[in-house]
Parts: sequence; structure tokens; C-alpha cells
Amino acid sequence: MKQLKIKTYCHIKNHQIYVDGQVVFSAPEADSMKKFLKLAFKHIKSGYAKFYKMDEISKLGFIAAEMLLKNKPYSDLRPEEVGVVLSNAQSTLVTDKLFQESIQNNADFYPSPSVFVYTLPNIMIGEICIRYELRGEQAFYIFENFSANFMANYINHLFLSHKLKACIGGWVDQSPGNYEAFLYWADDKIADDQTSIRHTGNELERLYNLTA
Amino acid sequence: MVYFIADNIISPLGFTTAENFRAIEKGEVAIDIMHDHSMYPEPFPASMLSTKKLEEEFAKVSVADEFTRLEKMLILSVWEAVNKSGVDIQSEKTGIVLSTTKGNIDLLDPKKSQAFEETRIHLWKLGHIISKYFNNPNEPVVLSNACISGVLAINLAAGLIQQGNYDNIVVIGGDIVSRFVVSGFMSFMSLSPSACKPFDKNRDGLSLGEAASTLVLSKNKTGDNDIIFLGGGSANDANHISGPSRTGEGSFIAIKKALKESGVTANEIDHISAHGTATPYNDEMESIAIDRHGMNRVPVNSFKGNLGHTLGAAGLVETAVLLHEIRSNTLVKTAGFQKLGVSRAIRVVDQTVNKELNTCLKMASGFGGSNAALIVQKA
Amino acid sequence: MQKLKEQIIEQLNLEDMEPEDIGENDPLFGDEGLGLDSIDALELIVLLEKEYSIKIENPKDGQKIFYSIHTMAEFIQDHKK
Repeated sequence: MKQLKIKTYCHIKNHQIYVDGQVVFSAPEADSMKKFLKLAFKHIKSGYAKFYKMDEISKLGFIAAEMLLKNKPYSDLRPEEVGVVLSNAQSTLVTDKLFQESIQNNADFYPSPSVFVYTLPNIMIGEICIRYELRGEQAFYIFENFSANFMANYINHLFLSHKLKACIGGWVDQSPGNYEAFLYWADDKIADDQTSIRHTGNELERLYNLTA
Repeated sequence: MVYFIADNIISPLGFTTAENFRAIEKGEVAIDIMHDHSMYPEPFPASMLSTKKLEEEFAKVSVADEFTRLEKMLILSVWEAVNKSGVDIQSEKTGIVLSTTKGNIDLLDPKKSQAFEETRIHLWKLGHIISKYFNNPNEPVVLSNACISGVLAINLAAGLIQQGNYDNIVVIGGDIVSRFVVSGFMSFMSLSPSACKPFDKNRDGLSLGEAASTLVLSKNKTGDNDIIFLGGGSANDANHISGPSRTGEGSFIAIKKALKESGVTANEIDHISAHGTATPYNDEMESIAIDRHGMNRVPVNSFKGNLGHTLGAAGLVETAVLLHEIRSNTLVKTAGFQKLGVSRAIRVVDQTVNKELNTCLKMASGFGGSNAALIVQKA
Repeated sequence: MQKLKEQIIEQLNLEDMEPEDIGENDPLFGDEGLGLDSIDALELIVLLEKEYSIKIENPKDGQKIFYSIHTMAEFIQDHKK
């Protein structure tokens, strides 16, 4: 019986980007998340014009997706066959606080639409879908900690119900002064080599903690 | 099989689904002009619960000080629905799924936050508060996916039951009208200056609303009023983060997926409860998706003219009303609608009428290009 | 107009862009020029209010006003309080 296998994964934390467990970019000199993301963006030569409009957490998810999808694993799939299911603990709290600042006082009241639009965690999914033209199942979950079992079960269920053939899954979180991203690509194609990993809660938990 | 066995709506139109339905049948509109400078410097239309009524009802079940406005709404809603359902919410085989866009976002205001611990702002914490209140032993699943959260939550709950991990799922949804959200939508200039007019020629924006709603889903049939969950789906437009696709792409695909899982064709759909926010773009987009599926003759309505857009609660509130339409074989009119103002010929319900209803579709769309759909059927 | 360009770059997060990069008569929206979108248009409305105390009631008016730096500057001159 066909099942989903994890083909590639990306971690971003402590100003480092890992792909499949190996460091591919490091910017210890960056003095902020914003600076780090800008350096990473320039390094990968993405050139995506809309990058700078995004809030920090969306940029984080975006860069992780750029790393994950470099080899275009979606290219022989129809847009509606690729799902994006992400999660985190903070929702968009850092951006929420920014927006709150702009509306705190009636005397200095200038709510910004470009900040407000990013106060929903699923916008990050939207940005990834727009970039890669993905039109499949989508959902954003909030858990106190990364819930590998839930993610694996839910996405496997979508797969077994023929609602997707591949999925980007993971955890992209930002709190004041801290951030982390763990994104993975899973599909049901037979791999040429032996390195593809079963899409189970145990394996996701193991991969998530790989760079701890 | 997955059945809808009980439901509740807490809104300005009532504290049970039946109360809400009676009001909506008659075309009652809960959207009013609010004059509250703490919410917004200028008057704005919204559908908001009477704080006094909420406190009175809540006092019947619990101590008020420990809970936020939203939590009180959610607890009251779960209480009524679960009691009606006969389900044991303390059982390991009963799960909880919570749908919300911003949760206790009013706690970002320093004046309000002092009464509660810092973690209370988090959506996972909101889930814990509710599940702990009812002594449910499972980790609640919290979904925050803009305005499709409610429909996605129902689809998820059905999936969880189908997988066999749970016998019952209590699906809850809620959002409050807050300074944060009013200011945000005002900055998008997407609010109508008066009560919204879904699908109407003169529609000029949405109206915000607050509500809580609960749907109890079960693998066990309980009686004649049960309705079956047939199938659902979601899809992204991949077009723009705030404007919907001009071709209704994501909505079209979500409906397609729901039809496929349900094993029904578009011809078999008796009635559509649309998202119908009354913004120029959303309603136009939905009419295109409906048209692309050839459902031009299917009666469509929106309940947002009565209750406004209740964000994280919307998918649940509106599905609950849809279930009542099916149970009573009644199509309720779209409050605020007078003349069709979309480019595709669709049939918007403008009079409350009796009609035999069996298989119905619920549509939802949201920021981030998100779209979802589900299909239900009389048992 | 130099100041206006600086304000726009700031308000719209146009990173790595200098005022010299924006031609006064270049279309701001659409595929040519800066390629701004509907959210940017709303941000420009906020900018007008914040920096120039000019309130735009109807977002559709934005299309004409925000056509280029030049049209924006003219509008501000005509409506400045």
C-alpha cells in the first residue's frame, strides 16, 4: 500500500539553516532575526520581490520553504495535490503586538493594513502557496509544543482519503527574541535511494529534534 | 459514518440554535451601530452580545471572574450542546477541536491583561482552559486558519472519528469583536457603514460579529434529527494573501474535493450556505465558483446579514443554522439582500420558504487565499 | 517629492530601494514600475493621513491619486491642511 515518505527537511534556528540535518548557511554575525533573514534571503538568491513585505514569521516560513523546495519536488504534481499543513505555539503574537502598538492610543491611531494582514498564522501558508502555485489542502494548528503524532496522523489521513499526494508539513514559530522552523516535504513517490523516511509520529519527532 | 448529533449557537440573537434560527427565519438583524471609543474612535456597525446577558447566563453555570469574555461564550456553548447530545465529555473517546482566529486578543490591551496570566493570550491555552473546565482528558486541537477555521474544524473532527481514535468530537468555535479586529478591518476599508448586504448589487463591505458555537459529531446515531457528514475539502487560491482569486480557483477545488469525498455530484446539491461576507470581491468570487460547478439553480443564502461575520465561529454557526434548515425543511432568506449584484446567474434566497432539503453544501473562504467546503445529508 | 519618496519607501517596506530608483512619472501600480498591490494602496492611504492629515474616504479614488509620485505630490499640494 502506498504511503507518504519524508524526502527532505529543513531546520532554521540560532541563525543557521540545515537541510537534511546538515548546515547549509550560517550567519552568526546577524544581530537580529530580521537581519539574519535578510542575509539568508540574499544568500539563496531567491529574488522574490514580495519577500520584504512579509512579517518576520512569514519570512521565516518562506525561507524554509525555499530551501525545502529547491529541487522542485512538486513539479510533476498537480497544484491541488500538494497540501501545506503548518503549526506553532505563538500564532502570530509578535506581529500582533506590533499591530497593537499602532492602535493603542486614540491620539496616535494609525492601524496598518500590511501589518494587520499578517496577524493570522495561515498567511504564511498563503505566501508559500502563491510562490509555488500550490492549491491543495491547507491548515494551521496551534499546539503548546510540536505535535508530531497529530501532524503525522492528520496528514496521513488526508493522503489515505485521496485528498493529497504530497505535503509540506512542520512547525514555524516566533516569540520575542527567539524563532525556530522545521519544515519537511513528504510524498508517495518511490525513492531511488534508501534514504526516505516513513511519515510517522516517531520519525517526525526524531527529525524535529535532530538539531537540538 | 459521522453524525451531527447536537449543536449550539451563542450570539446576540439567542443562546441556543433554536432561538437563533427563529430570529434568522424572520430576517432579524443583530448588526447595530456601536458607539464605543474603547473599541474604535468612530461609530462602527457590528453584531455584539449584551455583556449583561452574557454575565447573567454565565452566572448560572460558574464563577465569572476567572474567565474572559470569549471563554464564557465558549463554555456556555459547549455546556448546552454537550448536555443535549448525551455525550460524555470526560471520556477519553471524546475529543475537542477549537476553531478561533484571534482568541483572547483583547488581552493585548494592558488594561485588560492584568487580570490574567501571560500565557492566557495563547490559543493553545484557550483550548486548555475549555477542556480543563469540562475535565476532558485529551489534548485539544486548536485550528487557526482565518475565516475557514470553522469548516476546517468540522472536516478535521469527521476525519478523527473516521480514523477510529475518537467516538465523539466536540467542535467549538468562537471569536469576539475587539479593538484589534475592528481597527484591522477598518484599515482594509472592508467594513460596510451599515448592516452588510450579501450578494446584493449595492453591497459595500462586511459587518463584524461575535459568536460562539458548538457542534457535537459522533460515530453513533442518536435519533431522527441526526444529520450525516458526507465529505469536505480545502484548497488555497495561490493568488493573493488578502484578495480572493478572480476565478474562484480555491473555492472551486474545495467544493470539488467535498463532492468527491461525499460521492455526490453537483446536481444532487439542494442548497448552498455560502460564505457571503458582502464584500464586492468575495461574493463575486463565490458566484463564479458556484457557476463553474453548474449550480446556478441551487438556492444560495448567507447568514452574515443577520449575525455579521463571526470569523472563527462562522463556519460552525452557519453550519448549525444549515442543519436546522435541513431538519425543518426551510430555506431562510438572506437578510440584506434585495437585488443580485454578481456577474454569474445564481439563485439567492430572498424569502423564507419551505423546501425539502436533503444534501447541502457549506462554503467558506478566508484571508491567505484559504477556502474550504463541506457537504451534509439528512440521515 | 524627495521626502514623499522616502516616506513611501519606509511605509511600504521597499527594502534596498533608494529615492533615486523611483521615477516621478513611473506608474506605481501594475507590472511596470514598482508593482505595488492593493494592500500597498491601503498603506498609502494611511500614509496620507499620518503624514499629511488627508483622509481618503473611498479606496477607489486611490487609483488616480496614486498613479505616480507626481500625481500623489500634486494631490497632496491641493489638499494639504
